[in-house]
Amino acid sequence: MANIKISEQKVLQIEAICKEFNNEKGELINVLHRTQSLLGYLPAEVQEIISKNLNCSVAHVYGVVTFYSFFTMIPKGEFPISVCMGTACYVRGAEKVLDEFKRILNVPVGQTTPDGKFSLSCLRCVGACGLAPVVLVGEKVYGRVSPDGVKDIIKEYRQG
Amino acid sequence: MEMINIKIDNKELKVAPGTTILDAAKSVGINIPTLCYLHLHDFNITNKPAGCRVCVVEVQGRRNLAPACATDCYEGMVVNTHNIRVLNSRKTVLELILSDHPTDCLVCSKSGSCELQSMAQDMGIRQIEYQGEQSHYKEDTSPAIIRDVDKCIMCRRCEMMCNEVQTVGVLSAVNRGFMSVVAPAFEMNLDHSVCTYCGQCVAVCPTGALTEVDHTNQVIRALADPSKTVIVQTAPAVRVALGEEFGMEPGTSVTGKMVSALKNLGFDFVFDTDFAADLTIMEEGTELLDRITRHLKGDTSVKLPILTSCCPGWVNFFEHQFPEMNDIPSTARSPQQMFGAIAKTYFAEKLGIKRENLVVVSIMPCLAKKYECQREEFSTNGNPDVDFAVSTRELAHLIKQANIDFNILPDQDFDRPMGESTGAAVIFGTTGGVIEAAARTAYEIFTGKTLEKVDFSQLRGMEWIREATVDFDGTPIRIGIAHGLGNARKLLQDIKDGKSQYHAIEIMAAREDV
Ligand code: SF4
Ligand code: SF4
Ligand code: FES
Ligand code: FES
Repeated sequence: MANIKISEQKVLQIEAICKEFNNEKGELINVLHRTQSLLGYLPAEVQEIISKNLNCSVAHVYGVVTFYSFFTMIPKGEFPISVCMGTACYVRGAEKVLDEFKRILNVPVGQTTPDGKFSLSCLRCVGACGLAPVVLVGEKVYGRVSPDGVKDIIKEYRQG
Repeated sequence: MEMINIKIDNKELKVAPGTTILDAAKSVGINIPTLCYLHLHDFNITNKPAGCRVCVVEVQGRRNLAPACATDCYEGMVVNTHNIRVLNSRKTVLELILSDHPTDCLVCSKSGSCELQSMAQDMGIRQIEYQGEQSHYKEDTSPAIIRDVDKCIMCRRCEMMCNEVQTVGVLSAVNRGFMSVVAPAFEMNLDHSVCTYCGQCVAVCPTGALTEVDHTNQVIRALADPSKTVIVQTAPAVRVALGEEFGMEPGTSVTGKMVSALKNLGFDFVFDTDFAADLTIMEEGTELLDRITRHLKGDTSVKLPILTSCCPGWVNFFEHQFPEMNDIPSTARSPQQMFGAIAKTYFAEKLGIKRENLVVVSIMPCLAKKYECQREEFSTNGNPDVDFAVSTRELAHLIKQANIDFNILPDQDFDRPMGESTGAAVIFGTTGGVIEAAARTAYEIFTGKTLEKVDFSQLRGMEWIREATVDFDGTPIRIGIAHGLGNARKLLQDIKDGKSQYHAIEIMAAREDV
């Protein structure tokens, strides 16, 4: 992680976000939120920049980042895969689907494949219970996914 | 003030508004057990995350039980601290904590002084009802502190200490749920973090999750090695603290017995650190005088106040947090390192042995000394000036392991082949500390007179610093002493902003009462 160096321009943008929130410690969550939508993730050096600007310890920033599952320190893959783990999907076998993704991609939930192509995450109900179990790849929704169907979904993007 | 009437365990009492049930109960002799709660009088800071829930009590009219440490009293409140419902819940809470805690007591270094252990004893826990998965986390060993997070109960006292009192900000609760731990940023090990090794988190940890590194085995090995000459220095505070380890009244000085014990253990020479403290003080005194004289002559490049640097926790803090001000601290070595340097050069030569064959051990009250002696600049060709720093407790263990009955030992004197102490160091480690001794030295050189008495006082609104003014033949020289790194930060900020009034300041990383 230490070897990613973010650009000067990004640093300025992060500092601007902190300023927008008056460099208030209490606004940490909002600052992290905005920064993550800017960069897609929150690597260590970004947390350090934020800690300096808001004048709170890096340990505290890291504590907040690791507490909320929304925040991530790992860049999302080119094709982010999310498996719905809401009640409806869960009872219709979402866990088996998720296991199959983990097996084929060989990454745990929350991680990205080494080639940067796929990242795997879980979601709560996405409001498409009728199609359970549901998988999202980017914006695209796949319904009634079975473990057997997983390899086909992945193939679609591997070729592309 | 309007007082409120409450009733605890059938005792009626009046308390001020804002009093917690815990404090109200204590005032009438009812001690509700606590784990996460911790109040630091000196700093007026309280840790009450209300996380452990062992302090629960029943409040009449309230559906669930209330945490006594975090619930304020109200008019007419009726509290029961030990009925069957409370006792059962308290026990369940404790059993649940224990269900995710290793049952390592026999081999845990905290055994005997662990709050979790004694609570389990007090509540008569004989088996752990709840069996399930336990959380596991990597162990982290730094030069002075061991983190064994499996023993952490998430009371978060250490976090409060490190952030609010010391303002170092190394520790924070991270992750979530079963995975949550208290850790440095990015879960790096302590020796990669900005930890100062002030040891304050260790001092407040109720369990064996944070402990000091133990060097007793290395010392035993060195003592058993016929090719080594092993010498020891003892800090002033040790001779008082050691007696307590052998059941004596707190405050009993056991210098003579301590020297005997060290000789029986096989140390070839037993020295008093005071002798080295004299040298530190001389050096700091002259440095102070030099800076003051130059300052008085109008030399604007002189940095004042001069800050004493005997406390390694503080030096570390300074280096990490105020690197731009590194021309302010005194350049003198601490007594421990002064001693080590002289021992490994002058004394080794006098004995006619190589420095590699001389092992220098120091007995120090402060855990940061373990880290200090491992610093790069205090070694020559990879051989450290001080090989091992051990605590008073470790010394007591060494004595016990050697089957020595400490209480009937005869008194013996320190060895003195490295010269007598001038006496300046006697003040070292007492009220006025190094700074008073250094100011005395400077005063005596400057005026040619002896300084009678230095009176330290506290300023209103500045309770965290004690200060004194010494009259250098018409020039008032102001010296100050501050404890705790949070206070040090305030002081450094003042200096940076040009608001400091002091000529010399001594800072200790630790609180006085731990
Ligand atoms: S030793 Fe001091 S600085 Fe280091 S983690 Fe503990 S309290 Fe913080
Ligand atoms: S390490 Fe010790 S002080 Fe810190 S949260 Fe855990 S049990 Fe409490
Ligand atoms: S539970 Fe998956 S869409 Fe509702
Ligand atoms: S002591 Fe009250 S909740 Fe822990």
